[in-house]
Amino acid sequence: MLICAYCDTVYRRRPLAMGEVARCQRCNAELERHQRLGADALLALVFTALIVFVQANIWPIVTLGLNGRQVSTTLWGVILVTWRDHSLVVAMLVASTLFFFPLFRMLLLGWLLLYSRRRRRAPGFRHAMLALHYLRPWTMSEVFVLGALVSIVKAHVYFDVTPEAGIYAYAALMLLITLLTGFDLRRLWNLGEERA
Amino acid sequence: MSELPRARELGLVGCRVCGLVCQDIFSLEAACPRCGARLGRSMAASVARTWALLLAAFILYIPANVVPIMRTVSLGDVDDNTILSGVVELWRNGSPGLAVIVFSASIVVPITKFLVLGMLLLSSQAGSGWARLQRALLFRATELVGYWSMLDVFVVALLTALVQFGIFSRVEPLPGVMYFGLTVVLTMLASMSFDPRLIWDGGESDD
Repeated sequence: MLICAYCDTVYRRRPLAMGEVARCQRCNAELERHQRLGADALLALVFTALIVFVQANIWPIVTLGLNGRQVSTTLWGVILVTWRDHSLVVAMLVASTLFFFPLFRMLLLGWLLLYSRRRRRAPGFRHAMLALHYLRPWTMSEVFVLGALVSIVKAHVYFDVTPEAGIYAYAALMLLITLLTGFDLRRLWNLGEERA
Repeated sequence: MSELPRARELGLVGCRVCGLVCQDIFSLEAACPRCGARLGRSMAASVARTWALLLAAFILYIPANVVPIMRTVSLGDVDDNTILSGVVELWRNGSPGLAVIVFSASIVVPITKFLVLGMLLLSSQAGSGWARLQRALLFRATELVGYWSMLDVFVVALLTALVQFGIFSRVEPLPGVMYFGLTVVLTMLASMSFDPRLIWDGGESDD
């Protein structure tokens, strides 16, 4: 059985065909979506996302030039500068929503998927699943990409702006994270239920 | 009423975290046997928590708009920007298209969220059957776009890190951006603590 999380309507679960999306007849919320990607494909995506994540964090994002002087920054540069400028709240928001939460999500999902290939629950399964559930809304990489675009346009008036490789890595990361977010975690709860 | 059965009527409850269908034992202490999350559904608790978070967010939203969020210093010339004046500046000498996006993310989305959640809370408390489908859609829309409001916080953070040219040009974050960031976090927590099943509880539907 399946219960709509938005309006409490009960349905009998049935297998979905390729590309099919089950919607609640009462409130039209999405109930379930056919999961095209298997554990192996998802694991490959997680590894790709982790590599792109490293690149997005070590490559500079943007360079500004003024009278021959150049300043460029990485994500950690942003965190450290705002921290030093006594904007602790800003520094913590940036660090958590753009660095720690996305990183934890990718690592946890990778960990669970590694075991799920052998139809097993990973050690710490329940805690990892709960953490993934609660962290999900707090990853904001796509907002950051738009923010970088706005910053470039704003700075363009006074400085010479050069977008660097980091911004492209971020754009790629944004797409990869969106793909991973489309994965229905509830699928993993069915693993080795007899041990729970 | 429609022929679609609701879990409540069948004595069932769906876990909000893992989706497991459980027998409802009507206890607030009941935990999901699979993931351990709380199963008990209490309208009073959800409504009270959402109201508290929403009010806190609204209180912080006032300084977020009045207090400047960013200071630009160039050759001794100090220029403080609020959220709104930042949008106006972007409109004038940047790109009007992006200005519209920033305006939506920083002003339209939070205000719409206050209005929508407030309306949902009042109508659920009254057990109203008015426009249930539309209210359900509005709730999902606020859930979907809420976090985009963080846009301005990231812009200020990036500009602060980039514009570091000593006396020639410097950007500093001002307290307004902190209030704004907290507003966004609180509105997100508010919409998470609202239980959308409440929209469908109570009296007969009009539709």
